[in-house]
Amino acid sequence: MKYEVVIGLEIHVQLKTKTKMFSAAPYNYGAEPNTLTDPVVLGLPGTLPVLNYTAIEKCAELGLMLGCKIADVCKWDRKNYFYPDSPKNYQLTQNEQPLCVGGSIEIEMPGASRNIEGAHRWVELNRIHLEEDPGKLTHTAFDSLIDFNRAGVPLAEIVTEPNLYSSSEAVAFLNALRNLIIFSGISDCDMEKGQMRCDANVSLRPKGLETLGTRTEMKNLNSISNVKSAIEYEMKRQAEILDSGDKVIQETRRWDAAKNISLSLRSKEEAHDYRYFPDPDLMPVVMDKARIEVLNQMLPERPFDRQRRYQKDYDLPYTITSVLCANHQLSDFFEETLGLYNAPKAIANYLVNDLLRELASNSEQGASALSLSETKLKPQSIAELVEVVESGLISKQIAKEVFVEMFASGALPKSIIESKGLSQSNDSSEIEALCLEAIANNPKAVGQFKDGNIKAINALKGPVMKATQGKANPAILDELLQKLIESGE
Amino acid sequence: MSDLFYSNISELQAGLNNKTFTAVDLMQSVIERTEAVESEVNAFISRDIEDALKQAEASDKRRLAGASLGALDGIPVGIKDIMAVKGQPLRCASKMLESFVAPYDATCIEHLKASGAVIWGRLNMDEFAMGSSTENSAFSQTANPWNLDCIPGGSSGGSAASVAAGQTIVSIGTDTGGSIRQPAALCGVVGMKPTYGLASRYGLVAFASSLDQVGPFARTVKDAAILLESLVGYDPKDSTSLNRPKENYSKALEQPLRKLKLGVPSEFFGDGVDPEVKAAVEKAIDWYRSEGHTIVEISLPHSELCVPVYYIIATAEASSNLARFDGVRYSHRSSDAGNINELFNKSRGEGFGEEVKRRIILGTYVLSSGYYDAYYLRAQKVRSLIRNDFDQAFEQVDAILTPTTPTPAFKKGEKSDDPLSMYLSDIYTISVNLAGLPALSLPVGMTQEQLPIGMQIIGKAFGEADILSVAHAFESNHEFKDLRPNLDNSKQ
Repeated sequence: MKYEVVIGLEIHVQLKTKTKMFSAAPYNYGAEPNTLTDPVVLGLPGTLPVLNYTAIEKCAELGLMLGCKIADVCKWDRKNYFYPDSPKNYQLTQNEQPLCVGGSIEIEMPGASRNIEGAHRWVELNRIHLEEDPGKLTHTAFDSLIDFNRAGVPLAEIVTEPNLYSSSEAVAFLNALRNLIIFSGISDCDMEKGQMRCDANVSLRPKGLETLGTRTEMKNLNSISNVKSAIEYEMKRQAEILDSGDKVIQETRRWDAAKNISLSLRSKEEAHDYRYFPDPDLMPVVMDKARIEVLNQMLPERPFDRQRRYQKDYDLPYTITSVLCANHQLSDFFEETLGLYNAPKAIANYLVNDLLRELASNSEQGASALSLSETKLKPQSIAELVEVVESGLISKQIAKEVFVEMFASGALPKSIIESKGLSQSNDSSEIEALCLEAIANNPKAVGQFKDGNIKAINALKGPVMKATQGKANPAILDELLQKLIESGE
Repeated sequence: MSDLFYSNISELQAGLNNKTFTAVDLMQSVIERTEAVESEVNAFISRDIEDALKQAEASDKRRLAGASLGALDGIPVGIKDIMAVKGQPLRCASKMLESFVAPYDATCIEHLKASGAVIWGRLNMDEFAMGSSTENSAFSQTANPWNLDCIPGGSSGGSAASVAAGQTIVSIGTDTGGSIRQPAALCGVVGMKPTYGLASRYGLVAFASSLDQVGPFARTVKDAAILLESLVGYDPKDSTSLNRPKENYSKALEQPLRKLKLGVPSEFFGDGVDPEVKAAVEKAIDWYRSEGHTIVEISLPHSELCVPVYYIIATAEASSNLARFDGVRYSHRSSDAGNINELFNKSRGEGFGEEVKRRIILGTYVLSSGYYDAYYLRAQKVRSLIRNDFDQAFEQVDAILTPTTPTPAFKKGEKSDDPLSMYLSDIYTISVNLAGLPALSLPVGMTQEQLPIGMQIIGKAFGEADILSVAHAFESNHEFKDLRPNLDNSKQ
């Protein structure tokens, strides 16, 4: 392609607060329509907004996580436009002075393969500001219905600089941002529930040119794969326009995920004049610098920092750390388990391999994998499992069986081993009798072993394991078989 | 007992406590008076007689049980149709809210109810408080009780007229640019706008949020003080409300007035003021001088900019505040809209009156991209200059005396077609709102045609007790509080 794409993203994230930004009405996803409202949320005549300080703190925390400068004063503006999902026909937002300015986020580009770490780079942010979410419209064949439950939920709008240069970079950015926000506990960023939404500004320019081309803004991108598709669609559309010698029109476009196309929503000329002005109902809030410093000291670890720490301190490979640190629950679970039993590699292996497998296979048909919090598994379970394997109480083979049982019932490994009689047999005399039997029944394998084919010993181990239901200690068994074969010469 | 409706709060409390009459008797007296003169005055948009009597009964029960709630218990308080009273219509004198019933109480109403006041009626006003004559009401035209051909002033015209006509004991109104003081002056009653932030705006349907303030109407300064005490107080539901210790304003009136420095701004006594108004106010100023107070000539140099600045800031805020009346949820909905934009446009076109539309258009214009800096931002800067004028003046003086209005009440229809001339009737009151200061209007004279004249007393921020005391001193030495309009075809 002879063009370079330049992408800027605007991401709306619902902050996890108990109540709305300007009223005491509660919010939770999925409630009966119009049950989470009050006169303020509905914009009834005479009502006034009252600031929820938690929303400011959470937004400031996000800003600190991203290295933004936190404004000295938190101010509010009215953005005026008529739309039926907006109870007051203006939105309280921060136009003139965002709470957080600048900042950047570390992203990881896709590697050459899934197992290979990709290059890291930093994406510059322009600003993060707070605003209130509007209600939600549902259009039926004859009616349009409004649910004001969502109205007034605090949103942080994160605006990047136009410095993403491919659709995959945009995806990498969104994954990194989403993961960082989830790590910080500020939002769950569940895009299916509308907790994170994205608009993309896309423009093309001839490769090598500094000046930006005419951009279009894509709205309604409610999954990361939509963002990728929409950007790629727009790149192709704009390239065709430019190739034909035409000019790209600055406009807002709506992504239709069902049809995989974007449609013009309104041109620059039809753009709203939002008539911003400072909201006279809310007083500017002077930010408490000491409090900001406290928040700064208490910031959670950023996911990539955690990943580097795991690689450095525990010598864990990228294939493990990339999985652990892409999942906040899993990573925290790892740390808790590690606190109980210090065996990072073994613990990480159980989590990344066995646990993730169980989570995937135990979910409903077609549904996404279970989340860790939906299971009965405790860090104590994994710690104990690693301990019993390392102490030789059970084999790794048996451990897999114990894991499945402990995932299903929530019981601790030792009680499973006891109730099922799974403990490893270290009784040499019993194993010796079985070994002799195996040697007698497999002269061929014995011969091969003697000829130097060490692997042939496995054919002898099999029957012993089968007879002991896998409980024979493999180390003892190995040693015993070799000794018996050699002494049998 | 026939004169109960024209009694003041102290007299009524004495009678209620002595069991000379009951709160129900008082309410009946007010109701009878209201019914007798309402066809002439038209002060009310609606009134719920049954509900008022029920509240009065409850007050009597409290008093019998020895649990009276204080000075306002059992006293009828008329309410401007812009304050939310749970279960009562809240129309703002607009077709837009013709069928809206408030589902909650304004904080000021909660305070009044907690004081035992009898919430009485919905008083007429200019639509959404936009106007100076109460002619912009979608429902009725209120008359000035002193001359039924004249307007009562506005926007709280019903609140002023009802108090002057004895249709309530006291009332509350709202003041954005003079909407309490101007009608108080024209109807010959006391009307007061407190310092911005002293009374909660929660439940007051916003016109211009940075200027709106609730305040009392009464026939005496002391009644205004008693009502004010109940109205004000910090409200966590209003971010612009201030957390200050409560003051006992009526008690402050019992103290003899200390010798004060009273400022008289030359800009308020120029060509535009009616000679009779000027003479009456100057006479009042002379009285203060004769009482040993020092009269200081001061200057408020940016006064002439008040009206243009006000009509930029107030309309800008109004254009946004009134956007919620869109036909989607509770406001008037046009019956012939084919799509959402038609629904917005037609509902608003049908629901709002001319003056409201004029101000919404003006406010939309001054906020528009490309004009914002030239109008809105500039107006905010001038607003600071106006505030500075007052700050400097109050370094020299304790209170400022001016005419409340340039003229006495004018004839109905006289200025209806000339909005600019109508806007100028608030020329002396507007700067006080822009500066957020407290001010009251006190009756200080009558024209030869028997129309009341009001003097405005402006105080420092939170100087309510001072200006009430200044007013009280004059009132106690003059007979104006005892003058009644000649409406009494019902009683004579």
